[in-house]
Amino acid sequence: MQNDTPSSLLHPLIVRITHWTWSLGVLLLIGSGLRIYESDPVFEAVAFPVWITLGGSYEDTNRLHNDFGLAAALLWHFAAMWLLFASLIVFAAWGFWSGHFRRKYVPVTVAEVVGNATDFFKGKLAHDLGTRNAIQKLLYAFALLMMILMLLSGLVLWKPVQFHELSLLMGQYEGARYVHFFGMVGIVLFLVVHIALTLLVPKVLLPMITGRAPPSVTTHKMPGAAP
Amino acid sequence: MTTDNIERRLREGDLAKGDVVNLQRRLFLRHGLSFGALTMLTGCDVVTNTGPVDAFLRAIGRFNDGVQAALFNPRKLAPTYPESLVPAEFRFNAQYGIERIPKINANTWRLQPSGLVSDKRAWTLEQLQALPQREDVTRHVCVEGWSMIGKWGGVPLRTFLEKAGADLMARYVSFHCDDPISYSTSIDMASALHPQTILCLTYAGKPITPPFGAPMRVKIPTKLGFKQPKFVTEIRVTNAYPAGYWENYGYNWFAGL
Repeated sequence: MQNDTPSSLLHPLIVRITHWTWSLGVLLLIGSGLRIYESDPVFEAVAFPVWITLGGSYEDTNRLHNDFGLAAALLWHFAAMWLLFASLIVFAAWGFWSGHFRRKYVPVTVAEVVGNATDFFKGKLAHDLGTRNAIQKLLYAFALLMMILMLLSGLVLWKPVQFHELSLLMGQYEGARYVHFFGMVGIVLFLVVHIALTLLVPKVLLPMITGRAPPSVTTHKMPGAAP
Repeated sequence: MTTDNIERRLREGDLAKGDVVNLQRRLFLRHGLSFGALTMLTGCDVVTNTGPVDAFLRAIGRFNDGVQAALFNPRKLAPTYPESLVPAEFRFNAQYGIERIPKINANTWRLQPSGLVSDKRAWTLEQLQALPQREDVTRHVCVEGWSMIGKWGGVPLRTFLEKAGADLMARYVSFHCDDPISYSTSIDMASALHPQTILCLTYAGKPITPPFGAPMRVKIPTKLGFKQPKFVTEIRVTNAYPAGYWENYGYNWFAGL
């Protein structure tokens, strides 16, 4: 990696690995989490179709697990949590140690956010590979915070006695159910924006796999940007 | 401290409470690693019924059993709540409908200690009622997600195990029930010896009623609801992994809170 100039190596290997491991973890956790949610919904009016949940078919799980997939969903959930947990620990340790957070996330000024937002709605916001505009900084910081929130509220739901002190921050076990639900909603909203932006600017996808940008592409405008 | 060292000090009567817990935990973790063979026998699959995915997930489940045993603090009490939060009636929940709940005659009911116990005499309800009692207002958490506060009273399981001359170094305590599905479940010794783990005889100050396991159910505020069996007639102390009704369907065995 020594020979890479900063502009050609966009994403260090550790960023790419943790990005895809927690992506897998989050998808498994959302799928199994929705099946778990269905066994005792936090909101009676909010239900999810079986096909977006993870836990096997209703018929098979009823035969194998004597329920409608709760045992299977719990097995998935408490396996996938390790993917998220390990990715976050590795990424956070590396982010602080390497200065990644300092370089990429601070400072964010109000003027920058307002300016970026105005540009975005005019279709003029530049998406430079390798540097983040203020809206990206806020979005990614939001996603990280949501994942940390899910980890903490998940710990409370898993171990409300052993982590009782932590549970006091979020209304104990019952409060943590709401935190865990809305944290999931936050992550899904982030994913909608994140994936939509990737579809709009597909060239950002390859560097998250290879780590490199094509030499000619270092900056470009959102589609529909004024010429 | 090595296992041998603990055993030597046990013989010499020089053992602190924490050592028992540490030994239990170590044996548990060691045992957890040898569960591989069990997976082959139970090879149903959570998604496609092809085996490997289910086996892999269950293996992680057993790893999580070990993690939970390590997280479990035997001296940490489950949080308690004011009496004003205790409802007069608790929520009924069972695998079978309320019309199938057993009506057990409290006069002829007996509690049988079995396995690694020196005194296998069966206990009557009056004999249990004569032992020192404990009452706590705690939160009952169901694996389905719901929770509810209640007040349960009864004999600490530790007291009962001591009276029955149980081997407190054994790994497991299993509970066997006189109900339509012959329900059973099992817990680790550390949780069995936890001060709030009781042979529950009362709810909100009154004897428990049939829907809630009369005459005796086990209450463990540090475990999920399905680890707290009703209509219990036998308590077995053992070193052989006893599993349980829901555990055999893939629910996590330790299920600690």
